[in-house]
Amino acid sequence: MIEVDRLSLDIHGTPILRDVSFAMEPGKTFGLVGESGSGKSMTALALMQLLPDGSRTSGRASLDGIDLLDRPEAEMCTLRGNQLGMIFQEPMTALNPVRTIGDQVAETLRIHGAASRSDALDVARQKLDRVGLPQIALDRYPHELSGGQRQRVCIATAIALRPRLLIADEPTTALDVTTQAQILDLLRGLVDEEDMALLLITHDLAVVADMADHVAVMKTGEIVEQGATRDVLSQQRHAYTRALFEASHHRPGRTPRPAGAPLLTGQAIDRHYPGPRIGLLRRGDAIHAVNDVSLTLKEGESLGLVGESGCGKSTLTRAILGLDPIQGGEIRALGNAISPAMPHAMRAGIQVVFQDPYGSFNPRWTVEHLVAEPYHLLPAKPSRAEQKAEVAKALEAVGLQAADMDKYPHEFSGGQRQRIAIARALITHPKILVLDEAVSALDVRVRAQILDLLADLQDRMGLSYLFISHDLTVVRAITDRVMVMQAGQIVEEGPTDTVFATPEHPYTQALLAAAPRLPDYARKD
Amino acid sequence: MLRYILGRLLSLSLSLIVASLVIFTVIEVIPGDPAAFMLGLNADEATVQALRADLGLDGSKAERYLAWIAGMIQGDFGTSYTYRVPVAELVADRLWVSLPLAVLSLILSTVIAFPVGLLAAANRGRAADYGIMGGTQLGIAIPNFWFGMLLVLVFAVNLRWFSAGGFPGWEEPLLALKSLLLPSVALALPQAAILARVMRSALIETLAQDYMRTARAKGLSRRQALLRHALRNALIPVLTIIGLQFSFLLAGAIIIENVFFLPGLGRLIFQGITQRDLVVVESVTMLLVFAVIVVTFLVDIAYAIADPRLRRRA
Amino acid sequence: MSRLPVPLILGAVLSSVFLAMALLSFVWTPHDVEQLVISQRLQPASAEFLLGTDQFGRDLLSMLMVGARVSLAVALVAVGIGVIIGVPLGLAAAATRGSLLDEVIMRGNDLIFAFPSLVIAILITAVFGPSAFNAILAIGIFNIPVFARVARGGALSLWTLDYILAARVAGKGKARISAEHILPNIANLLIVQATIQFSLGILAEAALSYVGLSVQPPTPSWGRMLSDAQTMIYTHPMLAVLPGLAIVLMVLGLNLMGDGLRDMLDPRLRRVRQ
Repeated sequence: MIEVDRLSLDIHGTPILRDVSFAMEPGKTFGLVGESGSGKSMTALALMQLLPDGSRTSGRASLDGIDLLDRPEAEMCTLRGNQLGMIFQEPMTALNPVRTIGDQVAETLRIHGAASRSDALDVARQKLDRVGLPQIALDRYPHELSGGQRQRVCIATAIALRPRLLIADEPTTALDVTTQAQILDLLRGLVDEEDMALLLITHDLAVVADMADHVAVMKTGEIVEQGATRDVLSQQRHAYTRALFEASHHRPGRTPRPAGAPLLTGQAIDRHYPGPRIGLLRRGDAIHAVNDVSLTLKEGESLGLVGESGCGKSTLTRAILGLDPIQGGEIRALGNAISPAMPHAMRAGIQVVFQDPYGSFNPRWTVEHLVAEPYHLLPAKPSRAEQKAEVAKALEAVGLQAADMDKYPHEFSGGQRQRIAIARALITHPKILVLDEAVSALDVRVRAQILDLLADLQDRMGLSYLFISHDLTVVRAITDRVMVMQAGQIVEEGPTDTVFATPEHPYTQALLAAAPRLPDYARKD
Repeated sequence: MLRYILGRLLSLSLSLIVASLVIFTVIEVIPGDPAAFMLGLNADEATVQALRADLGLDGSKAERYLAWIAGMIQGDFGTSYTYRVPVAELVADRLWVSLPLAVLSLILSTVIAFPVGLLAAANRGRAADYGIMGGTQLGIAIPNFWFGMLLVLVFAVNLRWFSAGGFPGWEEPLLALKSLLLPSVALALPQAAILARVMRSALIETLAQDYMRTARAKGLSRRQALLRHALRNALIPVLTIIGLQFSFLLAGAIIIENVFFLPGLGRLIFQGITQRDLVVVESVTMLLVFAVIVVTFLVDIAYAIADPRLRRRA
Repeated sequence: MSRLPVPLILGAVLSSVFLAMALLSFVWTPHDVEQLVISQRLQPASAEFLLGTDQFGRDLLSMLMVGARVSLAVALVAVGIGVIIGVPLGLAAAATRGSLLDEVIMRGNDLIFAFPSLVIAILITAVFGPSAFNAILAIGIFNIPVFARVARGGALSLWTLDYILAARVAGKGKARISAEHILPNIANLLIVQATIQFSLGILAEAALSYVGLSVQPPTPSWGRMLSDAQTMIYTHPMLAVLPGLAIVLMVLGLNLMGDGLRDMLDPRLRRVRQ
């Protein structure tokens, strides 16, 4: 039904796609998997003919015999939303904030002349019911809905006219795992019921394994391997496919060693902050972000903290770093209480690596200046020569070169930037390293390398890690013990292997059940 | 929505109070003895005393402030020292020249700017866009009062389509409007240039949003997506500028009255300054500030109508 | 940065011409602008008077040169006031986002917007009498909230970035972070805004001196030249056209320069914000 034949694309002369060919059938899901920049989204946009200005395509992409690549724009407008539906990664921004959701779903019908105004609203109601939003009124605005609900609205607009092909571009990447599982279920149900073809674009092999009948692996604009999902995943004929699979369930080698004395302890931590300001003097209700949380991090140990967005893990992290005051309980580390007023010498002992490899550095500073910033914490700042020597050592310790210190952050890739962030965190020789979603923004192969680096550093320097993440696979790979956080509280805690094997709390069970896992046939270890 | 309006009303009253305090302080406290100031250096003590009593300057400053505010709320703006008539009377006549001038210019500027900005955004990077952007660049650089002089030169002196200035009064509405036409064009065009540029850049920013891609994926053409989805979102920054423009237009109206010899608030206030008639200056500036604050309030309400996200917030 | 945008070059050339004229006027003008020579009144353009003379016999070109000086000086100092007071206020508001201080600064800003610079000028003039100082103050005060808003807006988007958190983990206080990390990264925004306010300042000064609220005679200014020319518009329109043209070209030059700067600096701004 859909046949893409030697599709090539260049934008302003830069080649983006080369000879991409695949075929799709109704009622089946086709998975397109690859790392960022592999061209998977551009393939989808080429099918929709929504490419950026300056794009040139060649080859064929036909839907029921019509070549989509050479249709005039006016005809594409009648196909989009009607024969071709598409949903995107970011549900928070994909809906127009000033129009009601009913209006936006109905618009698909109105624009194609498929229904009158009131009929369109009736159909919109049915479609919203179908995507699992029976309780949401048509006159609600997007900002009143959660991310998962908004993605359902997007799906409703895309399927309102029962398109032949639905393209889903990373539809669950921005969502929590439990919401992800629900959205994937919904998509699976729709494919069966409406007999449409689903093109599922994702970076997550486990999601593809779970959803797709056929899969194609993309790398730098080309499909390197494709076939039935089970064949591709179990045989892994292409080296790149193999590398992706290995990286996605990579567990760095760690030298087991007994945990030492407690380094960081939290007793009954409460953190609430005032609600948003209303007018000049009034405020909304206080928000309880962390509620009666206790924790212990022992010397040389790696402790995981997992939870979905909004569970309070970031707030807890900020309190542990002494950035925000706590309202109840106590956090102690290295023998002293942690607070925003704690002495510099203590801060030097607890350093942090953040998630965003792009926002982590002042773009105007050199790497030397950036890595040396925590020297502010030392009573006497080292001389310039000493600083250079120390920065060089730190850079080499994280696998970069001393000469890199004169460069600026934009000259590095995402993975290299995370290495620089680690070097910065280590410059004051801390005992405790807080890793706040430190590998979440990285592609799987880079992520595996950074995990190896972290394991290696821990072995060499005897560091203690507090590893905060929403990603269960990563937490499992690198931690000894794990805490599960929900709605401001720790609901379960224990040795990582035990918690993952036999979760006790219903929330932990739900999390583990929802997380997509690579099937056993795809594991080569 | 009600809570939002109440919140805005509260902030409106607060602004009015602080603004009146500032004006009162500048006019009545900083000069020391306003009566002596108004009469100048050569006045004898008896005359100063008489004026002081006249102006009610014998009470404490707090009493005088409260009396001033209470008077204004009842429509009593005090008595002009030079004209010997209530300021309210002086203002009333002149307000009906300055206010229509400002409002007419605001309408004109908005009516011109919207289609022009839309046209430029829809043709971004093409000849029409460059032409419009060049034209607005020039429009922004032209001082409105000089533009007024050029209009007089062309339409009154050379073509003789309009009279060069003056105001016949509202007894003849059409003639009155006609005499306000050139001044409002002079005021509106430079402002329209600014507004069109804001409109264009707000639209272009909106066009880059994710929901525009969603709209296109639904099958809307570029033009449909622009009109149905981008326009209303772009309205929010545009409203801010329209609100600010009112205050510029009001100030501009006062200046341009000099070009066209219109008997508006501007003439009144400049006479007040040259004659050191502080009562007139004080009340007229308060009135101007009042008008600006009220317009800001209306813009805030318009915000909430345009953007549902604001309605819940107080 | 290898190729400079055309508007930037055009704007810079235009602005430099006026700047050169203004600077030159300190040491030399073709004729004395304060001397009235009635016998030379209303001369047409000639070798001696390149642009002719006005109704008091003053050389127009000389007056335009001195007028450029007044315009530029008033606008420059007014921008300085706006930057020096407004930027720290905006940075402080952003650093204490949501606090009472932030709220007070922002409400105070809104309040100043209710006093257009003309109204401020009227108030000051009513009490202290008209002067160039008056114009500077009136325009400068109005610039404060503009810069405070731009600085706060730019700073707020930076405060959410991880490198600010990293600096806090490195023990740096909010004031130090504002100076070390925030200010350099919003400098582009501020530079662009400064050119805009500079050109608006020239327009405002012209308007104020047109109604007699700015620099006083015998010092010539562009706005005053226009008001003097108003009565002569039927017979000698060039007296009104030339000073106006000077204002337009000066403002146009600055705006083109501002636009060019924005185009040149924007890609970097965008990367910083991500």
